[in-house]
Amino acid sequence: MCLAIPGKVEEITTEGGLRIGRVNFGGVVKRVCLDYVPEVEVGDYTIVHVGFALSKIDEATAEETLAEFRKMGILEQELESEDEAFARAATAPQMACPDGSCSSK
Amino acid sequence: MKYLTEFRNGEIAQGMAREIAAITTRPWKIMEVCGGQTHSIIKNGIDQMLPPGIEMIHGPGCPVCVTPLELIDKALAIAQQPGVIFCSFGDMLRVPGTDMDLFQVKAAGGDVRVVYSPLDAVELAVKNPDKQVVFFGVGFETTAPANAMSVHVAKRRGLKNFSVLVSHVLVPPAIAAIMASPGNKVQAFLLAGHVCSVMGYWEYPPVAEKYGIPLVVTGFEPLDLLDGIRRAVIQLEAGRHEVENAYERIVTFDGNPAAQKMLAEVFEVTDRAWRGIGVIPKSGWRLSAAYREFDAEERFHITGIHTEESPLCRAGDVLRGAIKPAECAAFGKECTPRHPLGATMVSSEGACAAYYNYGRFISAEELAGAGRANG
Repeated sequence: MCLAIPGKVEEITTEGGLRIGRVNFGGVVKRVCLDYVPEVEVGDYTIVHVGFALSKIDEATAEETLAEFRKMGILEQELESEDEAFARAATAPQMACPDGSCSSK
Repeated sequence: MKYLTEFRNGEIAQGMAREIAAITTRPWKIMEVCGGQTHSIIKNGIDQMLPPGIEMIHGPGCPVCVTPLELIDKALAIAQQPGVIFCSFGDMLRVPGTDMDLFQVKAAGGDVRVVYSPLDAVELAVKNPDKQVVFFGVGFETTAPANAMSVHVAKRRGLKNFSVLVSHVLVPPAIAAIMASPGNKVQAFLLAGHVCSVMGYWEYPPVAEKYGIPLVVTGFEPLDLLDGIRRAVIQLEAGRHEVENAYERIVTFDGNPAAQKMLAEVFEVTDRAWRGIGVIPKSGWRLSAAYREFDAEERFHITGIHTEESPLCRAGDVLRGAIKPAECAAFGKECTPRHPLGATMVSSEGACAAYYNYGRFISAEELAGAGRANG
């Protein structure tokens, strides 16, 4: 969960005193705080972690990394919605512990 | 090598692996600190491309894995309180506490939400003035700027119903703890690329100097990892111990100054317990005095936590790099991603889950057979 995902800034607005961008991650668009990257403008690429842009990067790097992360299957998980997160958690049910160590008081 | 052809520039990767083999004259043990890198190494079979003498040891850089059980139990206790909206990243839902996990709290009627950004939790607090909104602030230096900003914004907006359960941990003290531990085998580190995108690498030259170890800032893609390993081996073979940046397209020496300024304002350094490892001095952040009112531990005063780790689980040994996941007797038997005994099996970035998911059921020793090639 320390991965930062590259995306393209499509729009910048100010909300509640924060600089907020609409950032497109290969099709998935999220609201992202740009306060830590004052140099980033519309059309730029940046890497984003948990809704915060951390540094500006060039387009080629961004596209290559996006493709690589998609192939590695980590893009979906990093950008999943709340419903998707719960659905993923539901497929990993925790059952009673075979040695009883985690269900005993 | 079955994954070799599946990633970009497979031929370049093979060339780099050959170069590493050509320059390697002795066995070396290199630790990748970051769980994201562990995941990438195992998924892409990077470790299997390396010459026999080069062993990758998987580090404690999975925040989900090292969050102490006591804090997980506190999170579960707070999440079960009436009038609380408990917000977390999705990765924490299935981390087993002593008796249950957050997903089960939700199923039992608790108001547990998954947020993408900590600012989403602040918005929930604004929209639900009659509820206490608590955010589970886990993570390394990469995640901390986001959590710091959420507290900063909450204070600026005068929110009285927002707090954070803070469990921030730091990479440099973890490296120092590993190097200082008896029986340490690690001879070089790959530094976590995105941690360094925030912090830069100005903190690390004294660490490299003190312990005489190469430290290479490394990315997450297969070629990044091979390049980081290659540079570490070059230094090891030459007897050098420097901080080197193999992730220049993302990381600068200074890192992100705006983020570091916010971190210095909102947090202060504190001792932290790491699950499976124990307390490491000055290895984490807590809210500074000016922001202490937003500390969920202060607000909720949870007491009477009685934690109990599975006696079978050897996550601590895995996190310290003392054993590989498959060397744990419970691995793949009592402990699987469907029924994790410890956090290293829960998170996709945990070494145990990575080994399980990519079919690494055989220990390094078994692989090497009678010949102890890895020394």
